[in-house]
Amino acid sequence: MPTPLLEIKDLHVWFSVFKGFLKVLDGVDFVVWPGEKVGLVGEMGCGKTTMMKAIMRILLMPPATIRKGEIFFKGRDILKMGQGQLQEIRRRKISMIFQDPTAALNPVFKIGTQLRDVISCTRERGKSMTKGDIRRRAIQVLKEVSLPDPERILENYPIQLSGGMRQRICISTALVSTNELLIADEPGTSLDVTIKDQILRLIGEVVEKRGTSVILISHSLGAVRNMTDRVYVMYAGSMVEAAKTKSLFANPRHPYSQGLIAATPKLTGGGVGKGVPGRIPEYIDPPTGCRFHPRCEHAMPICRDKKPPFFEVNENHQVACFLFRDNQSHR
Amino acid sequence: MQNKMQTKLARTKELSRRWESIHRNWYKFSRNPLSIVGLVLVCTIVFIAIFAPYISPHPESAGKFVNFSDTCDPPSWGHPFGTDRFGRDVLTRTLYGYRYSLGMALMVISIMGPTGIILGLVAGYHRNTWVDTVIMRVTDVFIAVPPLILALAVCSVLTPSIFNAMLAICVAWWPWYTRMVYEITCSLKNEFFVQAAELTGASKVHILFREIIPNCAASILTKMSLDVGWVILIGAALSFVGLGAQPPTPDLGTLVADASSYLPDLWWEAIFPAFAIMVAVLAFNLFGDGIDDMLGEEKGG
Amino acid sequence: MMDTVLTIDRLKKHFVTRQGTVKAVDGISFSVQESEVFGLVGESGSGKSTVAYTVVGMYRPTEGKIIYRGKNIGQESRKRPKELRKDIQIVFQDPGTSLNPRRTIRQILELPLKVHSLSKDDKKPLERVEELLEMVQLPPSYMYKYPTMIGGGERQMVGIARALATDPSFVILDEPTSALDVSVQAKIIDMLIQFQKKFKLAYLFITHDLSLMRNVASRIAIMYLGKICEVALASEFFENPLHPYTQMLLSSIHVISDEEEALIPKKVVSRGEIPSPVNVPPGCSFHLRCPKKMDICSEKDPVMGEVSKGHGVRCHLYDGEAG
Repeated sequence: MPTPLLEIKDLHVWFSVFKGFLKVLDGVDFVVWPGEKVGLVGEMGCGKTTMMKAIMRILLMPPATIRKGEIFFKGRDILKMGQGQLQEIRRRKISMIFQDPTAALNPVFKIGTQLRDVISCTRERGKSMTKGDIRRRAIQVLKEVSLPDPERILENYPIQLSGGMRQRICISTALVSTNELLIADEPGTSLDVTIKDQILRLIGEVVEKRGTSVILISHSLGAVRNMTDRVYVMYAGSMVEAAKTKSLFANPRHPYSQGLIAATPKLTGGGVGKGVPGRIPEYIDPPTGCRFHPRCEHAMPICRDKKPPFFEVNENHQVACFLFRDNQSHR
Repeated sequence: MQNKMQTKLARTKELSRRWESIHRNWYKFSRNPLSIVGLVLVCTIVFIAIFAPYISPHPESAGKFVNFSDTCDPPSWGHPFGTDRFGRDVLTRTLYGYRYSLGMALMVISIMGPTGIILGLVAGYHRNTWVDTVIMRVTDVFIAVPPLILALAVCSVLTPSIFNAMLAICVAWWPWYTRMVYEITCSLKNEFFVQAAELTGASKVHILFREIIPNCAASILTKMSLDVGWVILIGAALSFVGLGAQPPTPDLGTLVADASSYLPDLWWEAIFPAFAIMVAVLAFNLFGDGIDDMLGEEKGG
Repeated sequence: MMDTVLTIDRLKKHFVTRQGTVKAVDGISFSVQESEVFGLVGESGSGKSTVAYTVVGMYRPTEGKIIYRGKNIGQESRKRPKELRKDIQIVFQDPGTSLNPRRTIRQILELPLKVHSLSKDDKKPLERVEELLEMVQLPPSYMYKYPTMIGGGERQMVGIARALATDPSFVILDEPTSALDVSVQAKIIDMLIQFQKKFKLAYLFITHDLSLMRNVASRIAIMYLGKICEVALASEFFENPLHPYTQMLLSSIHVISDEEEALIPKKVVSRGEIPSPVNVPPGCSFHLRCPKKMDICSEKDPVMGEVSKGHGVRCHLYDGEAG
């Protein structure tokens, strides 16, 4: 039985605040297989960034606490790893591309210096690299992200480059070492539409070539539809639907997924829907049972009492909703 | 009738909301235990300053008083801080010293604080005009001179007295507020919410005092709190060189000054007042940090 | 026959900086009719926000005219009559910075009421504030909250309430939902469309999201580096995009259904980046990225020409000068 590359089991993360605890992640289950492109769709405040930070273990530990759950990377629990093993994972196995490329690059150092630091930090243990090696590797990786004139870019400061170029450089820093998993947190969101498209295509090409798995986090359904094999829809701290991308967009099952898709404006016209009524719950006192039930027009009494587990609707299409308890759609 | 009910309801909600915001502010303030230490010390000092005449063991020691039978007594039960060369109780004089020092600090800050702030607001809002240039260049001149030197210079021209010492410190201190507020105003001037207020047609006065100042409040209040400590120190320094409070006024600096020539024999005369200065400065520093924590990060929810 | 509310005539706004002159808006002309939603689309550096700020009075035009209901209003807001300031309002893009974090919602909404002394029918400002909050579907208890205590979508609703407080007839919406999630966006857009119908407002709607624009605007203009490339009725725009930049923008959109895929031009893939507005290329400003570039494009800047009724394009491919 093959092991998934990344597996999150029943993760609960709480944040301690003035009035008590923000119970942000409420039992997250998430799987990524080797070579797979997985999308994570969710609106602001649903906990996707918290989940990613938990994987990389860069959550600020007070006020965050991990109450329960495990994160397995190739079979080993990241949450229980020591600093040494964790370093190894961060250096060569998992990298992250952050949302805002301007903030991710240090403004007072040249690109060459920053790339050099990344390359020498992430080189294989025991293998030494000369200055020349490092420079060659830097130029190679800049070419891989289709940046013209890499030699000149090495001498530039981030402020001298455009947003699109900065994002490509961030991607290149993530690609420097042999990576198995790339986490892309809303790439291109702060950039123009045309540039964002270029960036997304670039990420797609690069991971195809290298066989890296990707977790593409986005609140834009369109980006996820075109760039991923499988999608998770996240709401208020847990996954509500998981399916092959085609299957989700052809036939969304969870009321929240349906609401999101209906609310997305379409090029064919037809007006804008009314959105999903209500607002995201306060994590300080979240709804019991299924966290979506206060906003759901199909809510039943059981939705308030118990949190729905994943029900399998089709092959590779799971929904966390009691409407599908008997594996039959009610609609 | 229904309108009255609604207004009453609204008012009750407003009160409970105010209470909740006080509670939340306390939470933020008290996260660092040292801030609470600072708060306690500050309260104690303020209490001492107000009630000095009632809590000092020998209130007459604060003024013109001589008791040659009890001179130069080291610390004892009757005189916990000892007596000085004139037989005056050092503890009493130290407690009164807080009164003068704190009073001076509050007067100075309440005069030059608003002055400096208003100048900074006006200069920042009229950035790149002659108003800005005039105000900020004058400010630069004053900042260029170290505050103590400037205060000394002013004091030496006037007759030494505690009032003139206050004046001198005022002259030396306002530019720092101007500069701080100027910087904040410059950056806020281009924020959308200020633009929105301008577009609506709000008057300049409204924009400066209702839109911009509340956003400076955190920095200003923190600075004021830290400044109390500084002013006490500078006042003490002025008194030390004889330009501030004159004897027999028991200003903390004067106390240290008078007694310093008698160290190390009559150590208690100088050490206790000096220690009192240190406690005051420390107290306001810790308190200021707490204020910064409380007002600083209003973001997030 | 609808009246024209706003006419922009060869508007230019240049900023002089140390690096050179930034030609943010460089010769724009369009008009907005009564009760119409006119859409302005563009990416960063296109100048769309500058157009908005100039119309509302934050900037003074460098050249050109802004005519509102027959009067030339090309002055800064401070110099405009109060009546005008009441009538033209703007909703800013970023709800995080368009509301003063140190003022309560009540104070924010009361400001325009107090400045314009608007107490309609002897209603006190407090009641009007409650009315406004109700109009944007927020509970009245929100008036005691600070902007940091409420979500981004709700802050934007407050921004909209603030704009509508003075009963305007022309509202400029500068990317009102760009910072928001799709479900909140839907709610706000729905609300905006309802207000538009109810209060007979004219909107100048600015966004970079073409899918959104399709569902909101009746006429759309696309801007690139300070100039309009194409202007047409919404349906025409999407069924028959003529300008290569329009096609490039459309091809960059990631859609969520197969029907929409059919509308996307496949042959034009986005490439290159927008040049700095200080260094505008000579000739047509788009020629460096244009897949259909011809020799004349690097020499001569094309002029807007009408291709069919209401559909204008500024491109050598259509002005008969190709050769």
